[in-house]
Amino acid sequence: MNNLNYLESEAIHIIREMVSESENPVILYSIGKDSTVMLHLIKKAFYPSFPPFPLLHIDTTWKFKEMYKFRDKIAKDVNMDLIVYQNPEAKKKGINPFDHGTLHTDLWKTEGLKQALNKYNFDSALIGARRDEEKSRAKERVFSFRSQQHNWDSKKQRPELWSLYNTRKSKGESIRVFPLSNWTELDIWQYIYQENIEIVSLYFAALRPTIKRNGLILMVDDNRLPLKSDEKPELRSIRFRTLGCYPLTGAILSEASTLKEVIQEMLLTITSERQGRIIDKDHGASMEMKKTQGYF
Amino acid sequence: MKLKSNKKNIIANDIDGYLKTHQNKSLLRFITCGSVDDGKSTLIGRLLYDSKMIFEDQLAQLKIDSKKSGTQGKKIDFALLVDGLEAERQQGITIDVAYRFFSTEKRKFIVADTPGHEQYTRNMVTGASDSQLAVILIDAQKGVLTQTRRHSYLCHLLGIKHIVLAVNKMDLVSYDQTIFNSIISNYETFADTIGIKNFESIPISGLNGDNITTRSTNTKWYKGPTLLNHLEDLNIKPEKSESTSFFMPVQWVNRPNQDFRGFSGRIASGIVKPGQKVRIFPSNKTSVIDRIVTLESDLDHAILNQSVTITLKDEIDCSRGQIIASEDSLIQSADQFETLLIWMDESSLIPNRSYYFKIGTETVLAFISKIKFKVNINTMEKIAAQTLELNEIGVANLTTDRSIPFMPFKENKTLGSFILIDKMTNATVAGGMINFSLNRASNLHWQKMDVTREHRAKLKDQKPVVVWMTGLSGSGKSTIANALEKKLLQMNFHTFILDGDNIRLGLNKDLGFSDADRVENIRRVGHVAKLMTDAGLIVIVAFISPFRSDRDLVKKMIDKKEFVEVFIDTPLSVAEDRDVKGLYAKARSGKLKNFTGIDSPYETPENPDIHIKTKSQSIDESVNAILKKIIN
Repeated sequence: MNNLNYLESEAIHIIREMVSESENPVILYSIGKDSTVMLHLIKKAFYPSFPPFPLLHIDTTWKFKEMYKFRDKIAKDVNMDLIVYQNPEAKKKGINPFDHGTLHTDLWKTEGLKQALNKYNFDSALIGARRDEEKSRAKERVFSFRSQQHNWDSKKQRPELWSLYNTRKSKGESIRVFPLSNWTELDIWQYIYQENIEIVSLYFAALRPTIKRNGLILMVDDNRLPLKSDEKPELRSIRFRTLGCYPLTGAILSEASTLKEVIQEMLLTITSERQGRIIDKDHGASMEMKKTQGYF
Repeated sequence: MKLKSNKKNIIANDIDGYLKTHQNKSLLRFITCGSVDDGKSTLIGRLLYDSKMIFEDQLAQLKIDSKKSGTQGKKIDFALLVDGLEAERQQGITIDVAYRFFSTEKRKFIVADTPGHEQYTRNMVTGASDSQLAVILIDAQKGVLTQTRRHSYLCHLLGIKHIVLAVNKMDLVSYDQTIFNSIISNYETFADTIGIKNFESIPISGLNGDNITTRSTNTKWYKGPTLLNHLEDLNIKPEKSESTSFFMPVQWVNRPNQDFRGFSGRIASGIVKPGQKVRIFPSNKTSVIDRIVTLESDLDHAILNQSVTITLKDEIDCSRGQIIASEDSLIQSADQFETLLIWMDESSLIPNRSYYFKIGTETVLAFISKIKFKVNINTMEKIAAQTLELNEIGVANLTTDRSIPFMPFKENKTLGSFILIDKMTNATVAGGMINFSLNRASNLHWQKMDVTREHRAKLKDQKPVVVWMTGLSGSGKSTIANALEKKLLQMNFHTFILDGDNIRLGLNKDLGFSDADRVENIRRVGHVAKLMTDAGLIVIVAFISPFRSDRDLVKKMIDKKEFVEVFIDTPLSVAEDRDVKGLYAKARSGKLKNFTGIDSPYETPENPDIHIKTKSQSIDESVNAILKKIIN
């Protein structure tokens, strides 16, 4: 068995354990390549049945237009119910990435996620995060226990031996499950290539309207991006290594328009994939802090 | 991240070739462990750095962080790469296990960096439980410490077969060969006492990079491989179960519609193929593998560790927690075990208290009946103990609330390992390994026969069944049984009657009429009846069998479809009036003790398959009612 097949089988085992032992499971679907790979694994895990739980998208209203289109199409393809949740408080206050800084992520994503999990009483959520993404993620268990307030306590993680996952919890507590824990960025790309998985075309280079701001290349996806007087959108051949809210996600200049070219470029690159993500840069431990507060 | 130019060329010119090579690389999962400050995190940082796995933005951040923490002067503090938690960085220690990933031209690696402090042992165990190799670090200035011993012992218990002793900080002892040699011989003595047969030892400096990826000129006396060379070239011993018989714990029953019933799980041993005969544990039912179903297409075989969905040729009860196994598997069933426990909770073990016991995909209740001893890590002495505290290791007897299929941990990890979960707090309080079962009969395997019960039944052209008649003494059981057998014989069926009085004159001669003896009486008859159905016979049992629980026990032994319970209902007054054998008179006069209906109770069946009221039904009517039920 080669290492990709091993990772696939391990992930399917994790997904089935989670679904077998939870009362009300859900998959968090972010539309990115990792959660799209996870969705593919879910299809495999339950075939010929359809996956017996819904998709949940925590929406910030600031994703790329193309992501929304892709999301609706894929939900139909896999025959799963799609729940889109937007934090009503953030909506009412008009929270946006320009005026509100970290509050944007806090309210739309962290609070939105907590509200949605409470509203639908989901007791466990599948999430496509990987340990190689970030240093506090590297410390997290596959089955990551959360308190009634959705908090992660890094000092009180349950021991996790062999593949014997402890899924027990009291009412109100929940578990976040990461079937891609042991995958690397290269594994994900290679698997997309091997399995011929469709992903959002923003991962492939194309001419797109962009501006340069604070050292990042931002795509002008709609007219909500306020332009300064000296900023004129320019067509550049760009693509994205990760996807998030479009005003917070830096693109890279690239000519790689096919999957093979993308992998080639990735292998030759000298920066990490999260480099274009503003969310990680607040300070050294920002991801850990967000997780402590209930982010996934 | 700077790539070597030849690799760069391959990627640029032959991406297909590169991907193919990368995809077929083998994977090695290993841990680094040892005492506090032996330099585990630094070593991993160094491995990542030297194998060019650190991106430029990460390196820039690392340089800033290193300056801030200031522990290494102007040098980079590699430990900051793995100590990812705020609390760890503040205190400069490792609290929880971190997983890092790197690959070389030859192999892919997942390394678990585990904490050295005793109080975080459970996190070390988490990392060690699914590793194939352990790099045990020793500070050359300090030699073998308690934690070196503890971690070596745990690695050995958890079944890690490959041990590398990395004597670190050689730069601080002037790369002195005699110091290295004395540490090795020290460790060798200890390793021998706990059963570690061989290990590789390498003198290194994580900080300076000696013998990590390149040979050091500072240790010219050392002729062995560098650490990375050793990790790359090591021949990983295959799991024992790769060559043995097939089994798979069922995770999930896949039922998209009425026409499809699949069993999903991850193969824990051997190879499975369509057409293969299988046995389901614990029900002991047999069937044949029909298909191995995947999203793409059906497979002609599947191997160890593969996640699959299989279908069977017969409709058999099988659900999550049960095991599908090839007929020659060595799976045993038992409810009492000798186990090795690693206690991982702040609250200590309470004997006789019930905990959740998760093994494979099954969760049952269990309690510790007796702690045989705990182990003193310093001396490896066995000490008598009433309980186990956090991080203590001991051997204990454990009882589960029902019989479960298992294998000793040494034979198979999946069916030999378990966790204990506290029922109140839901915490994982212990990890454990089954040494062996304490049940006497557990080592008797059901003898596999070439001629099956189906063959025998087919030859007789009949469906084997047990007709179990229960009722008071003198209710008419023997009379009806007799008439029924005569009728069946006329119809060319092969039958046998097990009659209470006759059996008591032979097989059960040693049994009296106490409650315990009555239970044993019924258990034996149940088994004899079961064997006779295996022989293809229609078995008519005419036994008072007064206790409901005993009749239930028999029902559990025999397939539901092959068991018909007949209640021969005759009021006590009528039976007593008949008193063919004069027993009621004896019982009434006190000459006969424990007589059913007089001074021992008769528990009437709650839902008999056939209810015969002898007051209103004739013998012929009774026989016909039973015939209708057992002959299609």
